[in-house]
Amino acid sequence: MSDLILFAILPYVALGIELSVSLYRYFGGSYKFSSLSSEFLEQKELFWGSTAWHYGILMVLLGHVLGFLFPKEVIAFGNVSWRLLVMETSALTFGLMALVGLVLLVRRRASRARIRAVTTKMDVFILLLLLIQVASGVGIAVVHRWGAMWYASALVPYLRSLFILEPNIGLVAGMPPLVKLHLVNAYLILGILPFTRLVHFLVLPISYIWRSWQIVIWNYDRKKIRQVK
Amino acid sequence: MNVRSQISILFHLDKCIGCHTCSIACKNHWTDRKGAEYMWWNNVETKPGTGYPHRWENQEDYKGGWTKDGSKVSLKGSGKFRGLKNIFHNPNLPVIDDYYEPFTYKYEDLFTAPECDDQPIAKAVSLITGKEMEIKAGPNWDDDLGGSPLYARKDPNLERLTQQEQDDLFQVERLVMMYLPRICNHCLNPSCLASCPSGAIYKRGEDGVVLVNQEKCRGWRMCVSGCPYKKVFYNWNTGKSEKCLLCYPRIESGQIPACMHSCVGRIRYLGVLLYDADQIEKVAHADEDKLVEAHREMILDPFDAKVIAAARANGVHDSVIESAQHSPVYKFVKEWKMALPLHPEYRTLPMLFYVPPLLPILGKMEQDLYDTSDEAYFTTIEKSRLPIKYLASLFSAGNEGTIREVLKKMMAVRIHRRKETVGDINAVEKALTEVGLTPKIADDIYRLTALAPLEERFVIPPAHREEAIEMTKMVLVEQGDTGFGFTEQPSRM
Ligand code: HEM
Ligand code: SF4
Repeated sequence: MSDLILFAILPYVALGIELSVSLYRYFGGSYKFSSLSSEFLEQKELFWGSTAWHYGILMVLLGHVLGFLFPKEVIAFGNVSWRLLVMETSALTFGLMALVGLVLLVRRRASRARIRAVTTKMDVFILLLLLIQVASGVGIAVVHRWGAMWYASALVPYLRSLFILEPNIGLVAGMPPLVKLHLVNAYLILGILPFTRLVHFLVLPISYIWRSWQIVIWNYDRKKIRQVK
Repeated sequence: MNVRSQISILFHLDKCIGCHTCSIACKNHWTDRKGAEYMWWNNVETKPGTGYPHRWENQEDYKGGWTKDGSKVSLKGSGKFRGLKNIFHNPNLPVIDDYYEPFTYKYEDLFTAPECDDQPIAKAVSLITGKEMEIKAGPNWDDDLGGSPLYARKDPNLERLTQQEQDDLFQVERLVMMYLPRICNHCLNPSCLASCPSGAIYKRGEDGVVLVNQEKCRGWRMCVSGCPYKKVFYNWNTGKSEKCLLCYPRIESGQIPACMHSCVGRIRYLGVLLYDADQIEKVAHADEDKLVEAHREMILDPFDAKVIAAARANGVHDSVIESAQHSPVYKFVKEWKMALPLHPEYRTLPMLFYVPPLLPILGKMEQDLYDTSDEAYFTTIEKSRLPIKYLASLFSAGNEGTIREVLKKMMAVRIHRRKETVGDINAVEKALTEVGLTPKIADDIYRLTALAPLEERFVIPPAHREEAIEMTKMVLVEQGDTGFGFTEQPSRM
């Protein structure tokens, strides 16, 4: 029963909240979408924390997405031992990078009076959830020695079953507690995401790459105003 | 020709008395809020001095503005690749201590302190943390050369001077200073805008005001370091960038921007300039010694029939063209060539112009004596205590000729007026012809400098907001709503 709630209902609830609230907030003005950068109040420690954390977590997330989209290819790639070694070492490196970065960020938030002044309860909450998430992820790799191959072969089928709306909880029922924690915590993060500063990664400014350098906006239609006189 | 109109500003530094009334007017209007306490969208700094934020002119650290890069100009610090790469941590960002930590005092302690032998004191508390703090800097900490060894001596502009010239500047009998009031320049090639990854900053087509859309700003804070004048500020409370908005809500209703209206020295002027937007790239790329000239050239003559036709074709309202014809800024900048942009070498094409100060009237001392003869008093600009090189570093990318030309004009006007009012100076004609002025023009300059009433100093074009709004909104429905401001509570999550 609890498996049903945690692995078949919770994911949909979380995704539902995330999508509806994010979209509602985005189209309702999108004021809340901000990185809420605190670099202005503390610059040096942020460098190590933020850089390690972001490069680490983004690569790890990319790995998760690739494994989800191309499980067969990932398994085929890992069939040669040196390639598996490369894959596993880089995954663990990025995971550790994210973990260390996050710990530094949490320490910075806790120890600097100025940063504490701009820390909300939600910030603390989401940082803790992220810490659990990354620690459990690295923990799975270290304790169970489970990595990309296992993810692609054992977990992706469950995740895919969620996506085709036929959740197969049998696929996760026998998983070790650490894996279950990783999953449930991920859903929690997803559900709470739109209420936290994490929304900043939904608005990656990639359009910067192709937009023109300068932006000029007219409040009125320039041709029309001529006729108004 | 792509004619656009820009509401431009002129500061006549010869008249600035450094009273900071402008800064206070601005503060009361816009930045008296949590997260914005430290911001001075308008500030007045003493030069030589390090300014606000500390050494803002040092682009080696802050990397603001543009540099010439082959056949183009490119952003010095940010840019599409570097900006995104550094988005997790911006190495060039000025931080709170480069401005100052905002503070208040525990005034209540003065009243509640128990009776004792000593006077009670009000301790300083940080407006960020709420904790007691030791004040290390504050607004205008180096006002009037206060703490010179720490501040005035570290002015980046002094790098152009020889050691001897620098030492001269700081001898007590020779001390010299000037005031430099600064607001956002509402540039034609704004580097804050170009470095914003979200595209939240934009320039308004009708009047050229550069604004940050608070709903689109995501706090990537590239604009703060990208602006070479450090006139975009990061609100540490809301997590958004903010900047001078040229009091557009006032301008749109025909009122004068607060800093300008309140200016005690009456140094401020405002009016429309028409310019050719097709030339922006070319001018931004001009050689350093041609920058000022090229910038002046792209400003168009509002009386020229061709310009008027092109402006109309481009949607510039007739009333705006007419306003441009009465613009005091046009006269100073283009007709009389007396006003210069601040640090044109940053290549953002600032649209706030300065008439440099002709100061002090008494030149350098020689053998411990000032030469107070009429001739010396009114003719020499070379002997002015503030080296021309220094002014050149501020207003002409190091081009001393440009400064000399302007100062000589100002001097010629003085000589001319001295002749008219006192009559004891004779070299008038020479002084005027040397700089290409006629007595009539000299009188015009004198009039606009010293006598012009409010309506001549501020020529504000109608904004036509009524008409603009009617095109996009049901005005009768929205009647009674607040016109602008936050549509959502400016709070964190
Ligand atoms: C490519 C996308 C991303 C960009 C551009 C980005 C950018 C930023 C920026 C600019 C900050 C503010 C740093 C500062 O204080 O100055 C930040 C903070 C943060 N980001 Fe990201 N981020 C991205 C993706 C992510 C992802 C995927 C996560 C987590 C799943 C994440 C988690 C965080 C957290 C937790 C903080 C707060 C750190 C603190 O305690 O100060 N970010 N991010
Ligand atoms: S109000 Fe006018 S005179 Fe006073 S400091 Fe500001 S610019 Fe100078």
